[in-house]
Amino acid sequence: MAFMPVKFNLQKRVKLAQGLWMIYWLSVIVGILLFGLGIFFKIELRKRSEMMDNNESHLVPNLLILVGSLACGLNAFGGKVCHDSLDPIKFAKWKPMLKPFLLLCCGFNALLLLTALLCFLMQFAVYLTLAEGLKNSIKFYKDTDTPGRCFMKRTLDMTQIEFRCCGNNNFRDWFEVQWISNRYLDMSNDLVKDRVLSNVEGKYLMDSVPFSCCNPGSPRPCIQHHLTNNSAHYDYDHRIEELNIWTRGCREALFYYFSSIMNSIGVLIIGTIILESVDMAGLKYLTTALDTMEDPENPECESDGWLLEKGVKETMGELFAKMKTLGKTNQVVEGEDAPEG
Amino acid sequence: MALMLVKFDLKKRVKLAQTVWFMYWFAVMAGVLVFSMGLFFKIELRKRSELMDNNESHFLPNLLIFMGLVACGINAFGGKVCYDSLDPSKFVKWKPMLKGFLFCCMGFNALLLLTALLCFIMRIPLQFTLAEGLKSGMRYYKDTDTPGRCYMKRTLDLMQIEFRCCGNENYRDWFEIQWVSNRYLDFSAKEVKDRIGSNVDGQYLMDGVPFSCCNPSSPRPCIQHQMTNNSAYYSYDHYTEELNVWKRGCRYAMLSYYGGMMNTIGVLVVLVTMLEVAVTIGLQYIDSSLSTLVNPEDPESESEGWILEKTVKETFTDIMDKMKSMGKGTKVEEGGQAAVATVS
Repeated sequence: MAFMPVKFNLQKRVKLAQGLWMIYWLSVIVGILLFGLGIFFKIELRKRSEMMDNNESHLVPNLLILVGSLACGLNAFGGKVCHDSLDPIKFAKWKPMLKPFLLLCCGFNALLLLTALLCFLMQFAVYLTLAEGLKNSIKFYKDTDTPGRCFMKRTLDMTQIEFRCCGNNNFRDWFEVQWISNRYLDMSNDLVKDRVLSNVEGKYLMDSVPFSCCNPGSPRPCIQHHLTNNSAHYDYDHRIEELNIWTRGCREALFYYFSSIMNSIGVLIIGTIILESVDMAGLKYLTTALDTMEDPENPECESDGWLLEKGVKETMGELFAKMKTLGKTNQVVEGEDAPEG
Repeated sequence: MALMLVKFDLKKRVKLAQTVWFMYWFAVMAGVLVFSMGLFFKIELRKRSELMDNNESHFLPNLLIFMGLVACGINAFGGKVCYDSLDPSKFVKWKPMLKGFLFCCMGFNALLLLTALLCFIMRIPLQFTLAEGLKSGMRYYKDTDTPGRCYMKRTLDLMQIEFRCCGNENYRDWFEIQWVSNRYLDFSAKEVKDRIGSNVDGQYLMDGVPFSCCNPSSPRPCIQHQMTNNSAYYSYDHYTEELNVWKRGCRYAMLSYYGGMMNTIGVLVVLVTMLEVAVTIGLQYIDSSLSTLVNPEDPESESEGWILEKTVKETFTDIMDKMKSMGKGTKVEEGGQAAVATVS
């Protein structure tokens, strides 16, 4: 009892071949899209690798690039086979390759599933990398004269402006770090000396934030210094002031950005898996329909098509039996060797 | 003596028709490109219309949109005619329209060239609109509680950040206006009263700029207030400090942005004009080669194709004669009527 058998006549076979050819070309376009998304994701990670301590994992974008190219190749081949399937002479040369091709497609689907899973799971790794990286970025903000770190200030300022965020968890992270280089502090000044001595590590800490934390939507000019001192500014209460600086932390902002990219890619991959499965089913039907023609010389005869030659249970049973015989053959060979030796 | 005469046999005619059909489809895509460029330019003008006093001229993008649509239509029709030209029965129904269509194409090409010229010239009125608009924009920066102007601060801040510029001509423009709203000034403080009293208009002026003028590439945290006072900051000299705030004025930044856009669009329109002229000439060749078949029944016969039936001079004199005869025709009519009137 074949699994999901369908009767085919010439018209149905031709329609199946044409429809399948179109679906295969759609799959090639989807493969190109996956490849492009992989490259885009890789570029985005590279752009912000300074915020992630330069040790972010490029596994997901590399895998996407590989999967996209494989999809293009496999689907283009499948489309060629479909195109030739209506001509018996051309189809004869593809026939022997079809069984391994279908097995390869199965393996490819498994790889796609793994990639989709990774897209959803690697977000945790990105979150942890961002937390570490941003903490270091804020620490190195003032080192504009240290080679290798001199662009950290610019990168962090541009990130805070672009993502509308301030600090790691929130703006108070800037209160705990010295973000003004010692080159611009007058160490002979009493005020500076007081501040530097007021903490254990001898850092110049203040309740201020850099200008890139300012919110342009605020109705009043930006208050960046003496943020917690209500009397330093006219008509200012730091507890109820909402629009002055960005209240969101950059870790949250960056994570939201990357996780939305990864989620969209994951959903697209699941769609690709469904499309590939449809391709495989169609190709299986086409090959079985062309194999079981009652009269190979007459193209107009009827034929049957199916997904599996026997039922699902029987096919699984056969597979297990095959694997057992493989194991048993090894044992028999050993047994023969032993008496001889 | 025809202008640029070429002999055609069947093969050459078929090749010509196929090539011109192909080129017509390119021209349709070029028309779509012109349409989308007009749309893009219109959207960019709308986005920043607050900074241009809301009276920027939308003439050029509207013209581009119109020309793009007309180009699509004309080229699609031309492509259809080329496609049918290989089949004599189908071509017969298009033949009478062709002369008029070719005249239309020539007029359209002239209009395209004019559009390209406008793209390069309209920079000048844009300069004036920007200068006016930015000056008002900066004046209304502090009016965040006035309905209709409450978003000017945000727009101006975002623009200065995005275009990396400060003020109208340069950052000193901010020194000449009050950009802090009175709501946030403590009028009982002596310092505030001094500043307001120090100028005729009673404005709170200071040598400070908004935060959006700050340059992130500066190695030191941004200095926005008391910019001309060297002693207010350690190791600071405002004459030599280069990277602190953006040095460029926003008028130049926006003008170079829009100017670059208009130049690119102008160059593309010139290229599209050249393509249109090429397809018009191709269609004229097809038309003339199909009209001069030696043996109309035999498709394989030879024929000739040209751009103009006579030389340029003769065609020109022909046109002048036609216009004169049209003028004379009306004169003769009037004379005839007068004679009839006198007779009767």
